[in-house]
Amino acid sequence: MKFAILVNEGPYQHQASDSAYQFTQAALKKGHEIFRVFFYHDGVNNASRLTVPPQDDRHIVNRWSELAKAHNLDLVVCIAAAQRRGMLDENEAKRNGKDANNIAEGFRISGLGQLIEAGIQSERLVVFGD
Amino acid sequence: MEDEGVVKKFLYLNRKAPYGSIYALESLEVVLIGAAFDQDVSLAFIDDGVYQLKKNQQTSVTSGIGVKDFSKTYRALEGYDVEKLYVDKKTMEERGLSTDDLLVPVEVLDDAQMAELMEQQDVVLSF
Repeated sequence: MKFAILVNEGPYQHQASDSAYQFTQAALKKGHEIFRVFFYHDGVNNASRLTVPPQDDRHIVNRWSELAKAHNLDLVVCIAAAQRRGMLDENEAKRNGKDANNIAEGFRISGLGQLIEAGIQSERLVVFGD
Repeated sequence: MEDEGVVKKFLYLNRKAPYGSIYALESLEVVLIGAAFDQDVSLAFIDDGVYQLKKNQQTSVTSGIGVKDFSKTYRALEGYDVEKLYVDKKTMEERGLSTDDLLVPVEVLDDAQMAELMEQQDVVLSF
């Protein structure tokens, strides 16, 4: 089956990103297709490469990056939600006159249309949030 | 557009109060962007989500919490061909609200009808 995943909560604060990760991993293992993982609301914070959790804890951001690399996943961060929360890629940092960017490898910033498209293209859109 | 021709039933399920968290505002942003995709869109308001449609919201710093009042946007939805708005009957009764208290025309659904509405959808985005 072709799934799309929506992650609506930030890492560590909330279970949503962990559950979404585990669901995505399990679906891939069973041979399903993940059309896209879309990060919205505080979910955009899952893409910060400046995240430094304690060493004995899971690294939620790196875990997504690694899964994306292994399975060629499309991890998309909503641009509007990202900008108001200080999440910028290189282009957006430049465009907004900021001196830094913080998007982790394997994530890309794009618009909400990508979420709607994911809903249209997939057989199931699974929402992880509060 | 690549998706031309495909029309799915999208339901935006709004469950949270308009202020106190950003879910309502960002849900509305998805609805507005999504309108460009010409899908079959419905909005349902349940629990504190019905307050999103309440008339006379006062949010300025002098009369309220000092954030932008975005409630007028719900009245503009008609212009985006988003015309199917539903509220939950029990939710309204519990909060002492009638449809006269709301900014836009809505259809009131009981539990079974709301469940049926959800059942009919291809995509449910819950905020």
